[in-house]
Amino acid sequence: MAKGKVIFNEDICKGCALCTTNCPVNIVVLDTSRINQKGYHPATLSDPEQCIGCANCAMMCPDNVITVERF
Amino acid sequence: MAVVFEKTKGLTEKETHYCPGCTHGIIHRLVAEVLEELDVLGETVGVAPVGCSVLAYEYFNCDMQEAAHGRAPAVATGIKRALPDKVVFSYQGDGDLASIGTAEIVHVAHRGEKITTIFVNNAIYGMTGGQMAPTTLIGQKTTTSPLGRDSNLTGFPLRMSEMLATIDGAVFVERVSVHNPAAIRKAKKAIKKAFEVQLEGKGFGIVEVLSTCPTNWGMTPVKALGWLEENMIPYYPLGNFKSPEEAK
Repeated sequence: MAKGKVIFNEDICKGCALCTTNCPVNIVVLDTSRINQKGYHPATLSDPEQCIGCANCAMMCPDNVITVERF
Repeated sequence: MAVVFEKTKGLTEKETHYCPGCTHGIIHRLVAEVLEELDVLGETVGVAPVGCSVLAYEYFNCDMQEAAHGRAPAVATGIKRALPDKVVFSYQGDGDLASIGTAEIVHVAHRGEKITTIFVNNAIYGMTGGQMAPTTLIGQKTTTSPLGRDSNLTGFPLRMSEMLATIDGAVFVERVSVHNPAAIRKAKKAIKKAFEVQLEGKGFGIVEVLSTCPTNWGMTPVKALGWLEENMIPYYPLGNFKSPEEAK
């Protein structure tokens, strides 16, 4: 059962992958099957059910792509 | 359900022009969050530098003024003296503050101007294409030191925070980093403290933030964070060099 919800504003993601470096449950990944309007692979969650809502990913994001909610 | 993280009102809706993974974006956010939390966004005038962050006036959601290269502290001095009730900060990179603007930052500290400076140190000139800066580490390769910086030829990297901490007019001096969430939280605390020092009218405050330049360092953004931690922090130790209690 997910404790948190991460919302990505995908259109402005630059695919830098800094958000993927500090996820304690290792579910933040770049979606290499898609390209956003800027031309980058956008960040996404591989398994949203595992999210604990810690907001580490949002803390690392230089482009304010991420909003985090906690249940 | 509660929102635990969302974009601060201290930043405009404009997307930044920074390269992917550039930590300027994180540092902009921290400054903007602090201004929002202190509820001074409507009372703040920021001064943008020359360098990668030259367009910072497009991103901060407060009044902004652009300054000539290195002269942000001088412009901030004028604004603060004309409008002493406003919160005034300068946002400068290492090419701006530690090279062409060294005189301005030393004298703004020596006069004890009641402004706050955010100094972003990434050990290289970013905007102009990765040339050696005064803060470039020994052995670090740049476009103007292709074999690595040689101290016999170009001297040693400049530690600005340590230097400014020796000046009586500087009452708050701290060096922080943004290479992981814990460091980012500490950086935000230091930035908040620096603005509080200004609001209390105690004197000049500066926060040096170690930052990355993945493009000109020639590595991925993730590797750049590791390079910062392994190479920059040993030479530029993190910590508080001066606080108002010591300055008395």
